[in-house]
Amino acid sequence: MKMELIQPFINAADAVLSQGLQGTTQVSNLTMEEDAYRRKGVAGMVALSGDIEGRIILDLEPQTAVRVASHYAGAELPESDALVKETIFELANQVVGNAISALNDQGFHFRVHPPLLLTAAEGDKTSEDVEALMICFETAMGQIFMNVALRYNRKRLSDHAAVGA
Amino acid sequence: MEQFAPVKRSKDGQPVRYLIVDDSVFARKNLARMIETFGGQVAAEAGDGLTAISEFDRTHPDIVLMDITMPQMEGIEAAERIVQQHPEARIVMVSSVGYQENIVAALQRGARHFVQKPVKPEVLYEVIKYVLGEDGAVANAAGAGA
Repeated sequence: MKMELIQPFINAADAVLSQGLQGTTQVSNLTMEEDAYRRKGVAGMVALSGDIEGRIILDLEPQTAVRVASHYAGAELPESDALVKETIFELANQVVGNAISALNDQGFHFRVHPPLLLTAAEGDKTSEDVEALMICFETAMGQIFMNVALRYNRKRLSDHAAVGA
Repeated sequence: MEQFAPVKRSKDGQPVRYLIVDDSVFARKNLARMIETFGGQVAAEAGDGLTAISEFDRTHPDIVLMDITMPQMEGIEAAERIVQQHPEARIVMVSSVGYQENIVAALQRGARHFVQKPVKPEVLYEVIKYVLGEDGAVANAAGAGA
């Protein structure tokens, strides 16, 4: 997976998290994931289709998710509160929305699908052409993980090239 | 959250009334909290474009804050339908998907402005004042921050 695809997501996550959590964020770890995705806690997944296809998962350990959601809500929330899940969904949406805005302005076109709650402990294994990259953001509220698995839709891109030629 | 000088309706000095449209409960709560700090009032909330149309007809808000990506009917189509029926409607699109095509489509179909998520309160406050124009007035409030 090319860095030109990943960088907008890292930039968007950094901007969304540092603004929302009112503090600096730092990328502490960046690893290629070849095995099936293992959920850490409260995880929201946003799928993309179009010139680039794949999915982005924002995943927080349960206590971190509660701290983050409580910060946004301005009140202590219990772990069972639906707003905890809603907060993670909306953060995933904002990260993806901001990243694809940057990619769209570079000429890529997408459709963003509504976020889904990841409930299975383990996800699908990535394939040869869809590598996944796990990025860990250190924040004042704890670690926030973003797993990005994307690939170019070669047919769509060649169609664009043919139209443009 | 920062407190702003209240923006009132200039015709009667009453709080500006808002319709908040977003499929995310989190996003609606967040916007409602901002509106409170602007001295406004939430007239209604909706989680999709279809409900937004009926809530607009029911409550006649001064401003609509409308998300784009929503189930049933997306925000741009809902904005267009509301403006067809109510040309005076002031709709501000609030979305994380802020690429040029989307913004242009929204503005061409009747939206007055676009704010990208995550929403900065100071940006939304300025947009609200701009969109209200002479129909809005910033009231003097002792200790108001902005």
